[in-house]
Amino acid sequence: MAPDPRFLEAARAYRDELVAAGLLIPTGVPGVMGRGGEFEDTLDRVDALVTRFGASDGATVMRFPPILNKLTFEKSEYLKSFPQLAGTVHSFNGDDAAHRALLHGVEAGTDWARDLPSTDVVLTPAACYPVYPAVAGVLPANGRIVDVLSFCFRHEPSDDPARLQAFRQREHVRIASPEQVASWRNTWFERADQFTAALQLDARVEVANDPFFGRGGKLLVVNQRDQQLKFEVVAPIASSEWPTAIISLNYHQDHFGHLFGITTDDGATAHTSCIGFGLERITLALYRKHGFARERWPDGTRKVLGL
Amino acid sequence: MNDAGQLADGIRTVLREHARLAIDPDGLDDQADLYQAGLTSHASVNLMLALEDRFEIEFPERMLRRGAFSSIAAIRSAIEELTGVDA
Repeated sequence: MAPDPRFLEAARAYRDELVAAGLLIPTGVPGVMGRGGEFEDTLDRVDALVTRFGASDGATVMRFPPILNKLTFEKSEYLKSFPQLAGTVHSFNGDDAAHRALLHGVEAGTDWARDLPSTDVVLTPAACYPVYPAVAGVLPANGRIVDVLSFCFRHEPSDDPARLQAFRQREHVRIASPEQVASWRNTWFERADQFTAALQLDARVEVANDPFFGRGGKLLVVNQRDQQLKFEVVAPIASSEWPTAIISLNYHQDHFGHLFGITTDDGATAHTSCIGFGLERITLALYRKHGFARERWPDGTRKVLGL
Repeated sequence: MNDAGQLADGIRTVLREHARLAIDPDGLDDQADLYQAGLTSHASVNLMLALEDRFEIEFPERMLRRGAFSSIAAIRSAIEELTGVDA
């Protein structure tokens, strides 16, 4: 759904303020932003706060590069749901003649990249994707909890500073029986509430849906909302009227368990769920709520961030 | 066997091949809730596309709802409406 023109106007204005304050650095491509030193410092503190909220779970930490095995990507059925958001990686492997043709294309301003063959990797669309093949097989009795952080790519160029094409997601992923997953979700619902309260953000929880593609996608959206499989914690960034999702809680049922052959210790297909913290978005929500002068943020907010 | 019975058999075949239900569709009553029988969101999309292929139909947007695929009877009535078959 296209955003309201008034929202986009507010988003552009706020983006310009963030750039003028040195928090974001434009690159010439909509939705691709550098981060200034202070922005990055705040983001690191937000990330550390997520660590503290999840610390008692003893999650297995995994860190992957922001590229994903193409076979994992194919297996995940991402292209069925979100072909419009995918980013694939291509590289040159021709001879001298092909090299000359490539350079000629660059000079002539043609779509030179069209002739580059794909590689074995794609850009990571969500931080949890590399986790599922890594936990394939039979789970321990308590299932697993995995902690991941990755830059993610979504092809959705926008002037909204909160809709970046490349951004960091910190996630906890639960892979277990349906009952274990349900209990874990309830715990994180409470924690997410405490998390935004600690940062003194004006946040609320909403039932949400993913931007599934096409006619099949319409059915997926209806199913997802009816079954309340996705929740978002939203807070104002560009606009108070149209707040932005800063945290999402997703229940995949047995989708990934089935695709990647993950089973519980009694042989049933595992269910999975993840909570994703949009680190740039939470950071932006902090600047929106408390202003650009970090030294004047409320004492409580400064304290939980270690400022 | 009447048309309605044949149609239901055809739907059961598609269910068996595409819906990944926890139980065999032959053991399902026409009114049984397919979601209760293990039909997931993603499987319901596969089911929809497979039904379109088999019965040479296209579900219009108004039918892209959870209820349209909730039972064999619901699927049958949607297909009958789209193909103009009055069973």
